[in-house]
Amino acid sequence: MSKIELVNICHAYDVTSCSNLPDKQVLEDDYVIKDMNLSWEDGSANALLGPSGCGKTTILNIISGLLTPSYGKILLDGRDVTRQGPEERRIAQIFQFPVVYDTISVYANLAFPLKNAGMKKRFIRDRVEEIADILDLSHLLSTSSGKITQAEKQKVSLGRGIVREDTAAILLDEPLTVIDPKEKYILRRKLKEVQKKLAITMIYVTHDQHEALTFADSVSVNRAGEIIQTGSPAELHAEPADPFIGYFIGSPGMNLLDCSLKDQRFVFRDFTYPISAEMAKKLNGTIDRCSFGIRPEFINPAGADQAGAVTMEVDIIERLGAYKILTLSRGDTRLQSRVPDSFSVEEGDSVAVSFPEEHVKLFANERRVY
Amino acid sequence: MKNRAWLFLLPALLLVALSALIPIMTVVNYSIHNLVPGSIAEFYGLGNFTEVLQDEFFMGAISRQFLFTFQVLLLEIPLGLFIATLLPKMRSKGLTISFILLGIPLLIPWNVVGIVWRVFTRSDLGVATAVLNKLGYNYLVTERAIDAWMTVLIMDVWHWTPLVVLLCYAGLQTIPAPYYQAARIDGASRWATFFYVTLPRLRYVLIIAVLLRAIDSFNIYAEPYMITGGGPGSTTTFMNIYTSSQTIEAFDMGYGAAMSLIYLFIVVVMCYVLYTLMLQIGQGGKNK
Repeated sequence: MSKIELVNICHAYDVTSCSNLPDKQVLEDDYVIKDMNLSWEDGSANALLGPSGCGKTTILNIISGLLTPSYGKILLDGRDVTRQGPEERRIAQIFQFPVVYDTISVYANLAFPLKNAGMKKRFIRDRVEEIADILDLSHLLSTSSGKITQAEKQKVSLGRGIVREDTAAILLDEPLTVIDPKEKYILRRKLKEVQKKLAITMIYVTHDQHEALTFADSVSVNRAGEIIQTGSPAELHAEPADPFIGYFIGSPGMNLLDCSLKDQRFVFRDFTYPISAEMAKKLNGTIDRCSFGIRPEFINPAGADQAGAVTMEVDIIERLGAYKILTLSRGDTRLQSRVPDSFSVEEGDSVAVSFPEEHVKLFANERRVY
Repeated sequence: MKNRAWLFLLPALLLVALSALIPIMTVVNYSIHNLVPGSIAEFYGLGNFTEVLQDEFFMGAISRQFLFTFQVLLLEIPLGLFIATLLPKMRSKGLTISFILLGIPLLIPWNVVGIVWRVFTRSDLGVATAVLNKLGYNYLVTERAIDAWMTVLIMDVWHWTPLVVLLCYAGLQTIPAPYYQAARIDGASRWATFFYVTLPRLRYVLIIAVLLRAIDSFNIYAEPYMITGGGPGSTTTFMNIYTSSQTIEAFDMGYGAAMSLIYLFIVVVMCYVLYTLMLQIGQGGKNK
């Protein structure tokens, strides 16, 4: 089990190595991984979240040693392993499609890394049985691994990762992609359970926020080869660093409206909203055009007593048990609001909407400015 | 009427009938008659078949044929696979050059291959003869059986290994990278990677390669005919050479037909056995 650190990692597929950190413009144009600095604590459950094609798999390959970065260092417990191959780093990787050696039994699969490491037969047997027990594979040990389900295969490939006692970390590259929906849930629970039980550093790569947030204690959001934000699921939810995270995380996502600041008011397309003197002072002169973000649960549709409340119409009401989602509109502007089920409202009603200032986030140039 | 649907099969059936069924049935018809040129065909029952099976030259040709095919598979399949793993990566200049070099033997007509090798191994002006004699080996393709046999065998390896290489190379390209990545992470040696990743993933390609080479080597005719003419004696007389010599040169059509049918039977059975065997190999473990 180890702590993993990435220091100034840059990578372009056509640059094998460069001696200096490339400058910003070059990184922007040619690099898939752009000066990435990250660290994952020993024994932690982490996720790397981002849309397809943002370089997630490239990072994993760099961490596991399948790929040497163009620039930067990888540290395992403070030790520089950048030039080491995957077998030396002892970092296991679980791929999107389950990889098993399908001509041999499940037992032989789990024993494979130990056999390659030259372990004693007795030790191998005990260890494989122990791991099979953890993964609920005991009844399949003598089965050919070509004849088990995808979920079981994925467990076997996880097993090959954790069977070595000196495994430093496990990387999971969208491990649930090809798993049957019914088994997905069970396998996800299993992954989490194994992580907790063995206290092994795991990095889970996915584009599915639900998978990332349920698995990890710390989530790094990646876009176009850059980490935009790292934090606990709660932090990402409460303090998104950019509008993409605001919208990507949470359900429904954050409401984002284009606005400008004029005479101490937010000017939207279809209405304006006053700014408190305090906030205006903070923002003074810093921005004129920005994105105004507020989460649906913080929009107050009963704000008649609030200064500057905006009258909006309730278009759609979706009841989701304990709460309901209102779609509010005024002109071409649409907002979603999440209210308790007890809040009494009918479709077509007019409500006075206010935006509690403490929950308002402002983004300019894709970065949070307030 | 449901039966009318069968009309759609008619063109295909006609084609098969013309190209395969009718000739085969003609051969079957020949095989049960005694056909001596100049006289009327008389019904001969299974007489031709019993005669063929008692013919020691025929039996000799069969055993030679099996030995040859066995050796061909033993040499060409591993060699082809080995060369395929050495070929450069996709979309490189090296690959284009390799493909051209590999393609040359495959593109030359079989009888031309035979002529080339005949000239190559001639005792008076053949390069092979000259080189081997220089190396101290007295090479006599027309006189010594082992020389003739080795010449035909090496010729076949030269001629057909490229086909196995191409098949294996295509197969290798379909193996997803994560399999190799996983093997590296698991600390597998090159040999273990080959044995547990490459070989199982190439199973179906190898089945095709083995079947193609088995069938084609069983059908070998033009090359040994040009190089050795089946000699010295009958040491390189394979099934096809013997069959055609009996049928066309000796003009015993009934006898030749019976021989052809036995030959066909052997090839079909052999392919079936090879196919089922290879499907079972490497399935490993118990059923669930």
